[in-house]
Amino acid sequence: MIPELGHFALILALLLAITQAILPLYGAQKGNLRLMSVARPAAQGQFVFVAFAFGCLAYAFLHNDFSVENVARNSFSQLPEIYRFTATWGSHEGSLLLWALILAFWTTAVSVFSRHLPDDMVARVIGIMGLVSTGFLTFLLTTSNPFLRLLPAAADGNDMNPLLQDPGMVIHPPMLYMGYVGFSVAFAFAIAALLSGKLDAAWARWSRPWTTVAWSFLTLGIGLGSWWAYNELGWGGWWFWDPTENASFMPWLAGTALIHSLAVTEKRGAFKAWTVLLAIIAFSLSLLGTFLVRSGVLSSVHAFATDPARGVFILGFLAVVIGGSLALYAWRAPKMLTGGSFNWFSREALLLANNVVLLAAMGSVLLGTLYPLLMDALGLGKISVGPPYFNAVFVPVMAPALFLMGVGPLLRWKEASLPDVVTRLKWALGVSVATGLLLPLTLKGFNPWATLGLSLAVWIALTVLIGFRERLKNAQGGLMQGLASLPRSFWGMQLAHLGMALGVAGITLVANYQAERDVMMKVGDHTELAGYSFTFLGANQVPGPNYVAARGLVEVTRDGKKVATLRPEKRTYNASGMPMTEAAIDPNFFRDIYVSLGEPLEGGAWAVRVYHKPFINWLWLGALFMFTGGFLAASDRRYRIALKKAAIPAGAVAQGA
Amino acid sequence: MKRWLPLIIFAAMVGFFAKGLFLNPREVPSPFIGKATPAFKLPLVGQPDQTFSPADMKGKVWLLNVWAPWCVACRQEHAALMQIAQGGLVPIVGLNWKDKDREAQVLLAQVGNPYVAVPDDLSGMVGIDYGVTGTPETYLVDKDGIIRFKQIGPIDQDVWDNKIVPKLKELGA
Repeated sequence: MIPELGHFALILALLLAITQAILPLYGAQKGNLRLMSVARPAAQGQFVFVAFAFGCLAYAFLHNDFSVENVARNSFSQLPEIYRFTATWGSHEGSLLLWALILAFWTTAVSVFSRHLPDDMVARVIGIMGLVSTGFLTFLLTTSNPFLRLLPAAADGNDMNPLLQDPGMVIHPPMLYMGYVGFSVAFAFAIAALLSGKLDAAWARWSRPWTTVAWSFLTLGIGLGSWWAYNELGWGGWWFWDPTENASFMPWLAGTALIHSLAVTEKRGAFKAWTVLLAIIAFSLSLLGTFLVRSGVLSSVHAFATDPARGVFILGFLAVVIGGSLALYAWRAPKMLTGGSFNWFSREALLLANNVVLLAAMGSVLLGTLYPLLMDALGLGKISVGPPYFNAVFVPVMAPALFLMGVGPLLRWKEASLPDVVTRLKWALGVSVATGLLLPLTLKGFNPWATLGLSLAVWIALTVLIGFRERLKNAQGGLMQGLASLPRSFWGMQLAHLGMALGVAGITLVANYQAERDVMMKVGDHTELAGYSFTFLGANQVPGPNYVAARGLVEVTRDGKKVATLRPEKRTYNASGMPMTEAAIDPNFFRDIYVSLGEPLEGGAWAVRVYHKPFINWLWLGALFMFTGGFLAASDRRYRIALKKAAIPAGAVAQGA
Repeated sequence: MKRWLPLIIFAAMVGFFAKGLFLNPREVPSPFIGKATPAFKLPLVGQPDQTFSPADMKGKVWLLNVWAPWCVACRQEHAALMQIAQGGLVPIVGLNWKDKDREAQVLLAQVGNPYVAVPDDLSGMVGIDYGVTGTPETYLVDKDGIIRFKQIGPIDQDVWDNKIVPKLKELGA
């Protein structure tokens, strides 16, 4: 009964989404206020029904209803409750339902926080998001219905993929989707502006906080995903350039370009066409990512749907949404007048350069991801593109962006003076290059990549400090008072930039100075790595809720003093028989000690892998800084003032009508 | 023109995707198909005084399954191989690839042996001659010793029913 209610709710949600798309868009074109006013209630109603359907599916998972095919395939009675809940979106169907739910959530958020916007703008934005919802709900109902029954019911489920049974996976997909789907708001604003022809600074100001929040979620989602890979895959790696990872990284790069371009459009009225195009590209890449992952067009460790019918549907949908938007862009672009001229050396110019570099980086990732597909489609053979390509291309492309990142915020709009900037920054430049050159000598000798990465990280961090000092130079009162008086958008930007510095430092140090050792260990055996001594104290069988684990015991000491006792596990899951590695990690601020169990060998010995990962946690700390920075910037006073000011006339109009 | 560029690039991408949807990214063609099996002579696991050579199978259609005791996917494939062996449609030779820890004999005694012979490729050189990219991989060899089909990854019901059985019929096994 409950699954049927969910199915029915999904159909009603689709009908509401169609209403939400057609009536407000038509109304906005005709200037009909009554049709436009359908937008908000339809969007909110759609959210209620999608949420209800999602609740029904979650209920079926939590109550082990194995008469539902999706539950039987992706859950298991012995699965712990938290994973039974997350299994709701662990499958192809469930993850699309989560997509639709989050899209409805964002639409509802727009309908609530848009009191200060003109009615036709709201109607268009919500209408366009309704079109996207319509596509996804139709896709769910026609090719990927999660509520299909299985008759006769299965006695027990096939279990969730053990790889996904990890705390990181509990919140990684929702955060990632909040980011992916959040770009739909920026996209809808851009398309609405193209439709109305009103591309002004106000449009950029409206869509800016939404975009920043979506970008923050995406940053956190990607960070969590890499943390999950690090913990769960047992190879000590944190990024594999896997097509699915690239699918989330490309919208992030485009989104990063977009938030910076929006800043210029809001403050200076320049780059309008470019900003609109970036908004379309960022969301298009989110959709493209969904296509690549869901259609199985690229093989990937993550992809769990390989069904041409689904692929054809998503591709058709992609062609309509992206093709339609780009055609609209091409048609309307000449009407967009670019205001605000600027000099080649100004904040605008540097932001534009940064944008170009970010898009080039995105293009290199896109090319690498799609290259095997292109070759195969052209009949030129089967090839695969791996980390060596991405590392060789991506790092040099990003380096200039990181350098410009330090200079940009310190320049004046419109026109800056080069000699002046050189005077302000020469010390920072000297110190960062010197650190980059000297620090590797204290570690393991000179290494050009370490020098480049560390110099850039120190450079960004120092320019952030200079930014604060220059802002506080003329501040009244004490230092704390001065810091408190700085706007949140300034804090947000600097925090995010500092996060980037932390991330770059972490990546550089771990990539160039990590140490690993793959050894066979009998009980009582020792091995040494990076000044730590590892003693294997044996392994014993430990039962888990839905698996049996061999749990090793490894004591880590340094100079005879105990540092940690680590318990890496090799699990065998009951339902699928799949073996899984569960690494044990002793983390701290400066390094991780990472131990994972390989295969059992003769005589109670085990293959054991030990890693020393210097500064790896700075990577995720950096992502956390960027996430926090994004939220701070989006909550800046000027957006809240706009909300408050607009609330009064909007209320008055409502009463008058 | 410039403003149409994004749309044109996107249209080209859609074309490739449409084609890509009907291609299988995991299907890697082997240059060995249609060629004779590279010759070798290896001792058998458990009976090091005896040897195996592809020439011994002349006149028979047979499967050469490249496996290893350390290979997890091979364990998954094992049940399917046992069924095939019991079905008696085609003999399977199990090339024990790079078994440095000498586990094959014990393992097969424990879980059952689907193979008519288990040549021991300790150095992995024979695997290289056959272009093995990973374990498990399986070659279908005809009566004249020509490789007719190669399966990369485990054989499952689908591969057996839809790829191997039709080929076997074609080759008159």
